[in-house]
Amino acid sequence: MNKSPWWASESFWRKTAVWVTAGMLVVLIFLTFDTVKKITAGSQRVPPYSVINKRIYYRLNPKRGFMEPIIGDDAPLFGTRLDEVEAEKLVSSGKMTIQAKNCMNCHTLLGNGAYYAPDLTKAWLDQGWGSELVREQMMVRFLMDPKTNGRGYGTMRRMPNLNITEKEARGIVAFLKWMASIDTNGFPHNFKTIPQEGDQ
Amino acid sequence: MKYSKTDYSTLSPGKKLAVKYFVVAIILFGAQLLFGAIAGAQYLHPGLFYNTLDFNVVRMVHINAMVVWMLYGFIGSVYWLIEDEAQTELVGYTLGNLAFWILTLAVTVVVAVYLLVQIGPGNQLSLWLINEGREYIEAPRWADIGIVICMLIFFYNVSATFMKGRWTGIAGVLVLDLVALAGLYLAGMFYTPNISIDQYWWWVIHLWIEATWEVLVGCIMAWALMHLLGTPRRIVQTWLYIEVALMFGPGILGLGHHYFWIGTPEYWLTIGGFFSALEPIPLVAMVVHAVYDAGKHDFKNRNHPAMAWLIAHAFGNFFGAGVWGFMHTLPQINLYTHGTQWSASHGHLAFFGAYASINIAMWYIAVQKLRGDVPFDSRLPHAWRWKWALALLNIGVLGMTLALLVSGYEQSFIERAIEGSTWAGYFKAQTAKWFVQGMWWRQFFGYATIAGYLLLVWDLATIGKTVSQPASGADKLPAHQPAVSR
Repeated sequence: MNKSPWWASESFWRKTAVWVTAGMLVVLIFLTFDTVKKITAGSQRVPPYSVINKRIYYRLNPKRGFMEPIIGDDAPLFGTRLDEVEAEKLVSSGKMTIQAKNCMNCHTLLGNGAYYAPDLTKAWLDQGWGSELVREQMMVRFLMDPKTNGRGYGTMRRMPNLNITEKEARGIVAFLKWMASIDTNGFPHNFKTIPQEGDQ
Repeated sequence: MKYSKTDYSTLSPGKKLAVKYFVVAIILFGAQLLFGAIAGAQYLHPGLFYNTLDFNVVRMVHINAMVVWMLYGFIGSVYWLIEDEAQTELVGYTLGNLAFWILTLAVTVVVAVYLLVQIGPGNQLSLWLINEGREYIEAPRWADIGIVICMLIFFYNVSATFMKGRWTGIAGVLVLDLVALAGLYLAGMFYTPNISIDQYWWWVIHLWIEATWEVLVGCIMAWALMHLLGTPRRIVQTWLYIEVALMFGPGILGLGHHYFWIGTPEYWLTIGGFFSALEPIPLVAMVVHAVYDAGKHDFKNRNHPAMAWLIAHAFGNFFGAGVWGFMHTLPQINLYTHGTQWSASHGHLAFFGAYASINIAMWYIAVQKLRGDVPFDSRLPHAWRWKWALALLNIGVLGMTLALLVSGYEQSFIERAIEGSTWAGYFKAQTAKWFVQGMWWRQFFGYATIAGYLLLVWDLATIGKTVSQPASGADKLPAHQPAVSR
């Protein structure tokens, strides 16, 4: 009987499978520790929830070759300054509402979800809101009554009425503002922002 | 003596359990297609079921039915092969049966709540009772816990059966894979306001699909090749180890292609891009393995439909998961394509090619046994049914894939490259002529897929019923013969 060469033998590949899998898992665990540290709210890439008290710009960084969020001067959401705990509570209520209303099966968040409605990653900065002065109120009104206040841009696609209360809508707006401040390595590409006061 | 009869009562415990799982899988497969057709139609007629059965609900049922039917199919496949592989009767049949009914009841309740309640207020109770609002793992938390318990029972049945009977290479890989399968699901069961952390752990779930499911189908493929072709165990097990090494090697860090744009550090662009570009390699190995083995045995086998679906699986897995995944896995391309119909195009072919096809192959293996092991070969009457089902399903899914790819090209070009990813840019792309044309073609091929499914169900219900010759005299590869160690 011909014996298989070592590189074609069952035992060689069994050992290879075990070692390769174990090795890669160790690398993944190491990277996970590092990544989680760098994406915890309050880090450089993922700002604290109280960033909703600030103006958020989105500008090209020539060194990195793509756009990145810049945290500006004071611009409290709904005109009320919140401390970190209050801000987290408000953002969290928005995130929970987004989950409970199943937004992700029409929209994408950070590019993940469904493709029936626009991506929400930088929705806070979108040109569609017209100007900074009316943005917050427009967003709340739209969320509470999308049938009346929504725009399908000629597609006839409309957001359904999801029975969103004013409190929930304010939470969603806070969440969207906070999400817009996350450094997403330039995603979505080439984003054109709303004209921002003081933006050069 | 008449062999051609459906005789469930004479099946061994493992195979009885398998048939139950297969039946639910087939029903949920139908639900997936039905809701897929509605979701596709809503792209073309946005007023369809507006504020009654909105796109988010329809799409949720579409993708959840898919994940669950494939899981049912895999569990059924393992129960089907385990007694042959372990050469002993299944351990824990009663427990397994109980888990089946609990899981099925839970799935029924979850779907009913999806359709009738749909959404809730923004609080924890909604996430626990209605839906969790996280793509692919929308099942409410109570159901998550139920799924994990059922998976643990399944794990016990499988490992205890192998412990009692024969421990093989396939058994080893399978048991370790099931640990990862149950364990990774736990990563999805938490709430955090931090979307970056949420997405980081949520994507661990993707290891389910890209690694643990792939290895699971590698085990099923290995067994099926021994069963259908009589390929020596030494060969299939060596290939299985090669596939595991190649799958987990690049696959674990290839997970990084989900970490490009979620707030995670830039080093993931390099790591994710490099390792995920290597991910097609094991899929090439699977094609070589399957086609080489089939060719070496001159394609002689007693179950032509099952063999055809295994070959469809090998190629579908390679093209859908491998080629279509590779096309947009490099960050330089993914920046434009992520979150567009490109992903939908990849998703359709990958899930069908990698997982639907091998499940269908297992259904044909099971149904042959149920029909008294009659040969499903060139003498089979009404063979056009399985051939047309195969053709319609494959052409249908491939057609949807290509149509969605055209729409995806349009979307990434107009929305991302030109319009700067704004909402207005998104809608401009959605109304572009070629995008809309792609959506119409997707719908057309979707209906072809449904026609293929209906034919498949008809064929599975009737195939071999009128054949009366015994199997063993037909050729030298009786399908019921357990694969032996060589």
